[in-house]
Amino acid sequence: MNTIIIAGVGGQGVLTASDLLSDVLLDAGYSVKKSEVHGMSQRGGDVIATIKYGDEVFSPLPAIKNTDYIIAFEKLEGLRNINFLKDGGAMIVNDFVWEPLPVASGAVEYPEDVEDNLRKYSSDLTLIPATDIATELGNIRTTNVLLVGVLASKMDIDKEIWINVIKRKVPPKSIDLNLTAFEKGYCFKT
Amino acid sequence: MKRELLSGNEAIARGAYEAGITFASAYPGTPSTEILENVVRYKEDIHCQWGSNEKTAFEEAMGATFTGARVLVAMKHVGLNVAADPLFSSSYLGAEGGFIIVSADDPGMHSSQNEQDNRNYAIAAKIPVLEPSDSQEAKDFVVEGIKISEKFNTPVMLRSSTRVSHSRSAVETGERETPPEIHYEKDFQKTMLLPVIARKKHIIVEERQKKIKEFSDTFKYNYIVEGKTRIGIIASGIAFQNGREVFKDDWFLKVAMPYPFPEELYKKFAEKVDKIYVLEENDPIMENFARLITPDKEIIGKDFFPLTGEMTEDVILETLGKKDLTPEFDINSIPKRPPSLCPGCPHTATFHNLNLQKVTVTGDIGCYTLGGLPPLNAMDTTIDMGASITAMLGMEKSMEKAGKKLKQAAVIGDSTFFHSGITGLLDLIYNGSKGTVIILDNSITAMTGHQDNPGTGKTLMGDDAPVVDILKLVKDGLGIEHSFEIDGYDVKGIRALLREELKREKLSVIVVKRVCALLFKKPNWSPTIVDPEKCIKCNLCLKLGCPAITSKDDKAFIVSSLCTGCSVCIQVCPHDAMHHSDEDGMHIKDTSLVDFFKGGK
Repeated sequence: MNTIIIAGVGGQGVLTASDLLSDVLLDAGYSVKKSEVHGMSQRGGDVIATIKYGDEVFSPLPAIKNTDYIIAFEKLEGLRNINFLKDGGAMIVNDFVWEPLPVASGAVEYPEDVEDNLRKYSSDLTLIPATDIATELGNIRTTNVLLVGVLASKMDIDKEIWINVIKRKVPPKSIDLNLTAFEKGYCFKT
Repeated sequence: MKRELLSGNEAIARGAYEAGITFASAYPGTPSTEILENVVRYKEDIHCQWGSNEKTAFEEAMGATFTGARVLVAMKHVGLNVAADPLFSSSYLGAEGGFIIVSADDPGMHSSQNEQDNRNYAIAAKIPVLEPSDSQEAKDFVVEGIKISEKFNTPVMLRSSTRVSHSRSAVETGERETPPEIHYEKDFQKTMLLPVIARKKHIIVEERQKKIKEFSDTFKYNYIVEGKTRIGIIASGIAFQNGREVFKDDWFLKVAMPYPFPEELYKKFAEKVDKIYVLEENDPIMENFARLITPDKEIIGKDFFPLTGEMTEDVILETLGKKDLTPEFDINSIPKRPPSLCPGCPHTATFHNLNLQKVTVTGDIGCYTLGGLPPLNAMDTTIDMGASITAMLGMEKSMEKAGKKLKQAAVIGDSTFFHSGITGLLDLIYNGSKGTVIILDNSITAMTGHQDNPGTGKTLMGDDAPVVDILKLVKDGLGIEHSFEIDGYDVKGIRALLREELKREKLSVIVVKRVCALLFKKPNWSPTIVDPEKCIKCNLCLKLGCPAITSKDDKAFIVSSLCTGCSVCIQVCPHDAMHHSDEDGMHIKDTSLVDFFKGGK
């Protein structure tokens, strides 16, 4: 039984990415359970989705130091969930800063050592400027599919399955753009 | 037979369809909201509607049971407090056509003011309660619940929880059962709870509970999972799934119906084991039944496991001393990301002014409760739905008696005002309040994700409905002379009006009107920009708590991708350093006050 956590900020496409991932795992023949937690308001709070998969899954919730993969859509959100990561688990982090309100309003500083801590507490870290790449590709909203592409390169699931699910899930007019974003993530080398 | 990955709430909706339910009602509340939002997919077969509150929704469902319909009513756990009055009556009245009451509890308080365990209500009202542990059971228990309800002529509670309602797992869907015939024949012995009738009904209820208790022993969803040890686990709901991750070789008594508790089945289970752990979220319901049945057995429950929060795999392991949860990295050392009012939120200007004018604000439940957090800091109290108005009256009269006075206002949203604010306002009128009531009318039930209400002009099923005009209601209907309507983006207007009304020695109502910023699509907003020459970094704009405003190079800076051009910060800036950018496009403020559905809901 394996666990994947997707974490980010409300509005970044975390839940969409987790739906896509659940479909891929179902198509790959696994049992899947998914849970979501989002803050009180519609936007701006932290969001986390957990997907558990395997032959038989009981609890839909993650456990500390027992998560195989974490995808973080924002650096601080990666660090916020790092205690869930298993020894040897993979951490995929969007090299992107979204200041939380206490930082933006000047009450506290955005920590300077986020990256250092991400390295310190994960042995397999991929830091990718996904938002920048997605913006260059022409749509910032493909950031999530790009990050899913990085995960796909680390998992032992047939690439065709990923591509078919993307084709099925995204709006028809943005299929090509999303497949390009997926490929960028899939082929990313640090 | 089809397998789909459904959330617990989607599965409950599917269950309503398959069970042949023809009437469903609810008031939105996390984590229950999506149930009715999904029942509406079956609106050809099921009449579904939002009530103004949980009590009205519940009573409407009861009305439908009088016509023989199979019905479902859904609410969050605290919603059942509001509907507790009809709940107790419904137990006596029974349900010919099957009656499911969904209570979505929130252990861990992800989005609630408390974490009460509503299985206690089922026991108090003497109705059976079913606890699903995944989406498949969530669907099946609606179908089974309707059967139990009809067999024993009783309402049945379905207790979901945040983790069941908001997690997804595979569900095998089935066909819809044929609903019973809708009919009505007058028989007041069945439908009127006069004392003379209710006395007879109470006896029937007690007899009924004995029969359901026998049934609980044979109910197939209460079952024993054989183990290899002499340790047994009694578990229900999501705690069962979490417990299976921990106790891999032990016996389980999987309880779907914690009340009435399956006594004979439990006895069989207890014979197989020497030591019993009870895994249930919040209160020791099953534990207490087990202790009564086998007082000499070693039972480990809430004297050991926490009464508060969720019963997760980690919590179980830590309590057992099998896992150290001391984090390697201290996440309290990094900034939190609290939820905040959105960019362009029409509530911001009001809270900014309340904060500046140092008003004592009794608050309410909605997105706007976030106005109590820094940097707005403009709320003093939150109790429950509607309490902003009534708590203000209590404070006012108590101070008045002591010869003192506070500068006071009550803040409540449109949906909450319809829910239970109107009756409180009657109390203010009746008891001669001199307070100020601010109704933040964003013309939608926003916090739970935009549900329609009596002020939006649409029903749950998408039909047109009359729009209740709040200003007319309070001014012409209730006769409150000093009633006003003002635009939520008019910072200076709100400031002046507040100053005037807070001074006034008479009751006044200010309807701050402006639709929720999230209801507009953003085709081409032209954002506000900061003139760095004029900005002296006084930080006044940052005190709005707008997520689009931050600072850069020691000047205020606006994140253009977030900004809606609402103009609130432009009005707040004392140095004329902010202005609309000249790019083509529109500002959210340019759109009309209420004509938003065309704007793109």
